[in-house]
Amino acid sequence: MSKVIMTVDDSISIRQMVSFSLKKEGYDVVEAVDGVDAMKKLNEGNPVHMMITDLNMPNMDGIELIKNVRTNAKYKFMPIIMLTTESQEERKQAGKSAGATGWIVKPFNPEQLLGVIRKVLK
Amino acid sequence: MDDMKEFSRIYQQEAEERLAEIEETVLEIEENPEDQEAVNRLFRAVHTIKGSGAMFGFTDIADFTHHLETALDKVRNGTLTVTKELIDLILKSRDHIKNILGGISTGEQYDQEEGAGIIAALNSLFPAEKGDDRTVDQTVSDDAKAAVETTYRIRFKPFPTLFLNGTDPMLLFEELRTMGECNITPILRDLPAINDLNPEHCYISWDIILTARTGIDTIKDVFIFVEDICELEVDVIDREGDFEGDRRLGEILVERNDLSREEINKTLNKQKKLGELLVEAELVEKEIINSALTEQKQIKTIRDKRMQDAKASSIRVAAEKLDTLVDLVGELVTTQARLSQFSMNKSDQELMSIAEDVERLTSELRDNTMSIRMMPIGTTFSNFKRLVRDLSSELGKEIELITEGAETELDKTVIERLGDPLMHLIRNSLDHGIESPEKRLESGKPRKGTIILKAEYKGAYVVITINDDGNGLKVEAIKAKAIEKGLISKETELSDKEAFNLIFKPGFSTAETVSSVSGRGVGMDVVKRTIESLRGSIEIDSVRGKGSTIRLKLPLTLAIINGLLVTIGSGYYVIPLAAVEECVELTREIVEKSHGSNILNLRGEIVPYIRLRERFGIGDDKPDLEHIVITDVHDKRIGFVVDNVIGGHQTVIKSLGPAFKQMKNLSGATILGDGTVALILDVNTLV
Repeated sequence: MSKVIMTVDDSISIRQMVSFSLKKEGYDVVEAVDGVDAMKKLNEGNPVHMMITDLNMPNMDGIELIKNVRTNAKYKFMPIIMLTTESQEERKQAGKSAGATGWIVKPFNPEQLLGVIRKVLK
Repeated sequence: MDDMKEFSRIYQQEAEERLAEIEETVLEIEENPEDQEAVNRLFRAVHTIKGSGAMFGFTDIADFTHHLETALDKVRNGTLTVTKELIDLILKSRDHIKNILGGISTGEQYDQEEGAGIIAALNSLFPAEKGDDRTVDQTVSDDAKAAVETTYRIRFKPFPTLFLNGTDPMLLFEELRTMGECNITPILRDLPAINDLNPEHCYISWDIILTARTGIDTIKDVFIFVEDICELEVDVIDREGDFEGDRRLGEILVERNDLSREEINKTLNKQKKLGELLVEAELVEKEIINSALTEQKQIKTIRDKRMQDAKASSIRVAAEKLDTLVDLVGELVTTQARLSQFSMNKSDQELMSIAEDVERLTSELRDNTMSIRMMPIGTTFSNFKRLVRDLSSELGKEIELITEGAETELDKTVIERLGDPLMHLIRNSLDHGIESPEKRLESGKPRKGTIILKAEYKGAYVVITINDDGNGLKVEAIKAKAIEKGLISKETELSDKEAFNLIFKPGFSTAETVSSVSGRGVGMDVVKRTIESLRGSIEIDSVRGKGSTIRLKLPLTLAIINGLLVTIGSGYYVIPLAAVEECVELTREIVEKSHGSNILNLRGEIVPYIRLRERFGIGDDKPDLEHIVITDVHDKRIGFVVDNVIGGHQTVIKSLGPAFKQMKNLSGATILGDGTVALILDVNTLV
């Protein structure tokens, strides 16, 4: 069975790029537009094996999303990758202490994305 | 790259939407500067334009927007107040971004000076900060200069909370393993007693010795996500080309003729090893010593290997000597089984521990001996290239032989006995399979035919495939011939696969003319017999007009296998462990429920089973509780019902002798520790 990865981003172009790159590698992808949408899809939908989330999003941002996900026993140990930019050192730290597994600095290309996924997802 | 084009189109659309949002939000903020939610929304819109812009190669937009984002970040955290001036600048910036965007589709150049002006005005609103500007991290790779083989000691001690952010340390180790020779020793000294153990915490640390041709930064990069939740030390402990090793005291003494080597060795042997002394003195745990010894060993191996590479030393040994060695190891394994069994019965602790040591040594010796006998199949392959070249010109055909997996290793005996059958199969493909160039062109194929000869590992087997892109087998011709030869009757219904298998029957040949290449049809049955005598199997598959594929499945080694020892009645049997998937109990209750259908419901999957007791006609004193050994035969799960499963067994295969040649279901016998003979079941033919 292929692994399911959730991409959470309010930017449709990023979502599409992530989604496209992952599907090409045989992953299943679930898209969510913000933290609230992500939580809803996590609780209702099929199990997810990994999450890639942006930090700046409306309704519920990435940091809060990571905190919420980690309270769910099912997703306590799930790999979570956050998308950051180089000027966001503080936010990155906040994401790490919220429980993010790793990060990718924007801009990134599909190979870099897949490299990071291989690092954290079995 | 079309994907990228599509993405950038989506990005432009998205950016347009965000620009509209910015305009709207800015006006809201102008009316109500305290509206924090609006400020956040504005920041996010700008952030998206910048972030995604950089992703899809719109660096102009990303660079410009960065300055706007910096200003808005300050508004967001309250260090910059919203003024009319700022609002104006934001709107100007928005228009400027729109101009750049518009320029992308029309190709028009936007006003760069305008952008610079806006940036300057934005920056004048707040004091410049150090390091605030974009610094592109130009990590200079140190890999180029570290192309020499280097050994590192990596001490990785994660904090207990390692797992809580979803880190799987095994993946880190796997990444290290891809870099080179890697030895990992877990350190368990911080592991608390079970009552104090929190299963969600990580108490283990690891010492890793890695020999690789990479720089230290690449290795540290592996741990980048965990660097602040662990203690990590990476040290170079050996590097190719560095002068190696300090001289030991003893060596110096010998060199000065103060002492002889023998005298030193004698004295050294009296002395305990340092590690033992340290552990005895309780200065350090045993595992720490083990970790250090691993390091010592790996460096030694690497250095030795380097020395050896320099000398390229190997010894040629007569094949018979190897055969004798394998025979002796076989005997040793049998004797060791006896020793183990005897020591179990005696329940003498000391004897048992000796028996265990012997068992460990024997299995190492066995693996080593077997590996000496392994040879790459490539040596055989290279003979065929020549064969194909010569024969194809003789036949007036154009054929290319492609070989894959030449490095695949098989037991020497298997390779030797494989030569003839392979030769025959390739000749067949050449002669019957591949058509003449004219015929090939007619059917729209390239002039040149291709035969692919491929070897690969599949579990405890090596699979060799011979694939040609020729004409394929003519099912009708095969059937007609089989009827003519009296192999089947006219009424026999056959699937294609069954029909293909007819060519393995003795005395079968479909070649319309007998040529010097493929002989007189004495081949395929001999091929099949040879493969089966090697405990392998042969399969044929063919598509008319497209070509044929012949698949040979061969065991890695002939002499010793891992088996599962079971009993039925008073007899012992061995099932090759490579085929076994699991064992389950068969209670009377389950039997009654299945109404004599011999079908088991295994976690929702239907698995048929065969009662070996019935198959072998063993008397009717079966126990209440039987066991089913679930095996994987031809990719199907099939159970074999036995009385008892005893356990794993190192099985030295002895052939049964000519008197039992027609025994289809047995592939040999082995001698157990107490001298009893156990029969080895051939699961392929039992089904």
